[in-house]
Amino acid sequence: MSRKWVISAATAAAALFIGLGAVQAADAKKLVVGFSQIGSESGWRAAETKTAKTEAEKRGIDLKISDAQQKQENQIKAVRSFVAQGVDAIFIAPVVATGWDSVLKEAKEAKIPVMLLDRQIETKDQSLYMTAVTSDTVHEGRVAGEWLAKKTGGKCAVVELQGTVGSSPAINRKKGFDEVVAKNPGMKIIRTQSGDFTRAKGKEVMESFIKAENGGKDICAVYAHNDDMAVGAIQAIKEAGLKPGKDILVVSIDGVPDIFKAMSEGEANATVELTPNMAGPAFDALIAYKKDGKMPPKWIQTESKLFTPDTAKEEYERRKDAY
Amino acid sequence: MTLSAPGPSRNLPQYGALIAVLLANWLLFPDFFAIRLQDGRLFGSLIDVLNRGAPVALLAIGMTMVIATRGVDLSVGAVMAISGAVAATMTGAGWGLPAVLAASLAAGLLCGLWNGLLVAVLRIQPIIATLILMVAGRGIAQLVTEGQIVTFTSPALAFIGGGSFLTVPMPVVITIALLAVTALLVRATALGLMIEAVGVNRLSSAGAGVNTPVVLVAVYVWCGLCAAVAGLIVTADIRGADANNAGLWLELDAILAVVVGGTSLLGGRFGLVLSVVGALIIQAMNTGILLSGFKPEFNLIVKAGVLLVVLLLQSPTLTLFLPRPKGARPMGTVKPPVAPTSGGAKP
Repeated sequence: MSRKWVISAATAAAALFIGLGAVQAADAKKLVVGFSQIGSESGWRAAETKTAKTEAEKRGIDLKISDAQQKQENQIKAVRSFVAQGVDAIFIAPVVATGWDSVLKEAKEAKIPVMLLDRQIETKDQSLYMTAVTSDTVHEGRVAGEWLAKKTGGKCAVVELQGTVGSSPAINRKKGFDEVVAKNPGMKIIRTQSGDFTRAKGKEVMESFIKAENGGKDICAVYAHNDDMAVGAIQAIKEAGLKPGKDILVVSIDGVPDIFKAMSEGEANATVELTPNMAGPAFDALIAYKKDGKMPPKWIQTESKLFTPDTAKEEYERRKDAY
Repeated sequence: MTLSAPGPSRNLPQYGALIAVLLANWLLFPDFFAIRLQDGRLFGSLIDVLNRGAPVALLAIGMTMVIATRGVDLSVGAVMAISGAVAATMTGAGWGLPAVLAASLAAGLLCGLWNGLLVAVLRIQPIIATLILMVAGRGIAQLVTEGQIVTFTSPALAFIGGGSFLTVPMPVVITIALLAVTALLVRATALGLMIEAVGVNRLSSAGAGVNTPVVLVAVYVWCGLCAAVAGLIVTADIRGADANNAGLWLELDAILAVVVGGTSLLGGRFGLVLSVVGALIIQAMNTGILLSGFKPEFNLIVKAGVLLVVLLLQSPTLTLFLPRPKGARPMGTVKPPVAPTSGGAKP
């Protein structure tokens, strides 16, 4: 073994040691989190990303965001690159439920905790992720239904604008609402159709509902699986010469700025918020875990808060820039 | 409307299907044909069919010309999203209606020009050439709207979607106007004949003196324009540009409308009015399903079933077994046009 080799090896080792030390020192100061986001397919999704950034800033966390443009392969690549970078935690908003096992094993082997935001995954090995921060979409439907039951004294003929047929929020938001309807004999869903979660389809379907139900006179309320369809329905109600929010009550889910605007104008009655702040609770869980090794629960459920016109104006002002 | 040489039976499957679907709607929902005035605007389910069918009818007008040249334009849905995004964003920034309309129609023309150049000059297959803009266009629209639903309150722009002219909803008025202009352009001049010639055989029509690149670019530009108008209507209707969903999959409905209208994907003969009838058949079904109270899970199955019947009625093999009046010829067969006006119906 030549002398030269020994010296260079020693230098390299020293450099590595110093380098590691530097990284560790930085770690102690600042947590680094990699966030693989689905994309920006909706206003809500953009708000989730934006909120994640501000929540990270608040806590002095270095957040690296990777936009997957709705492709799982991009998310898997992003997770691998986060593992290679040796981040402190990986957040994933999974675009699909399956196919995560192998990449999550890699993260687990690297001892990097993984947290799921907004959506769950299907896996046999629950230890592959630390926790999932999601809302309970069945509960959202229930909250909307309970508000309507209370408002109308349990007597109401409801038309329902469903989300995309077969999508999990559509199935669950229907299920939760149906539970309340089943409990109130005076409540009935007289028509239900898919509005594909869009304004245009929400409007078109509502137009037909109004015509099919005696010019809208037989409809007591419209329940839309998201706010965008409700906004479309409001326009259809207006064009039929009726007053949305009075002649036909409007209740929906999500809490996007435009529904608060409609509420402040008296054209919508209630919305159940799907909070875009999924990252905040995840950051808190991560900080607690790093500090004293406290394992968070497997499911952190976000609050499904009901908003009514009383606070609509302030809420609109507060939200319009976040979305 | 006058019908062309081969006799009314040629158009029978389309008109028959439309009437059958409307009657079925009437049976499911007795008030289907009831129309009243609401705020100075016609109001009723039949009006909904016309009003909601307008965007696809507009797309079908442009698509008919493209398909007649043996092409196809997959980008029309994305072009709708772009023109809508431009309109809503500019309105939000305080521009007046003339500038907004000019800019969003120009966006559509530009998209059409891009498609036309790819197909006519670079000779890329239309399905691939327009696929590029189909994918990229929605991204462009999202860049314009910055990924949000851009809403506006301008009553002037909203009028295009929600206003009325002599009680007829504006989308219907605009569609009829564009149909008339298009029909005049292709049937009152030799343009229609040239389009059919290019569709039947591009090489020999070039040999016969047709400036094929110009004809091809023209039809794609016109198709882009039609899509931009449809995009404006959809945006004006919901008072907002939804770049993710505006016109999503409508290129397929437009192609379907053209095919249901009896224009062959192999190019040649085309019928503008019949394509619009095709669009109305599709919309009448959609509206009927919404009125019927079927579960949403059945929507697509019902739609597919009815379409299958309409297309079977046009099948060259099947029509051989059906009794038909003298002089009628089976639909869907590719034959070179025998006379300048042999194709389709004239408005």
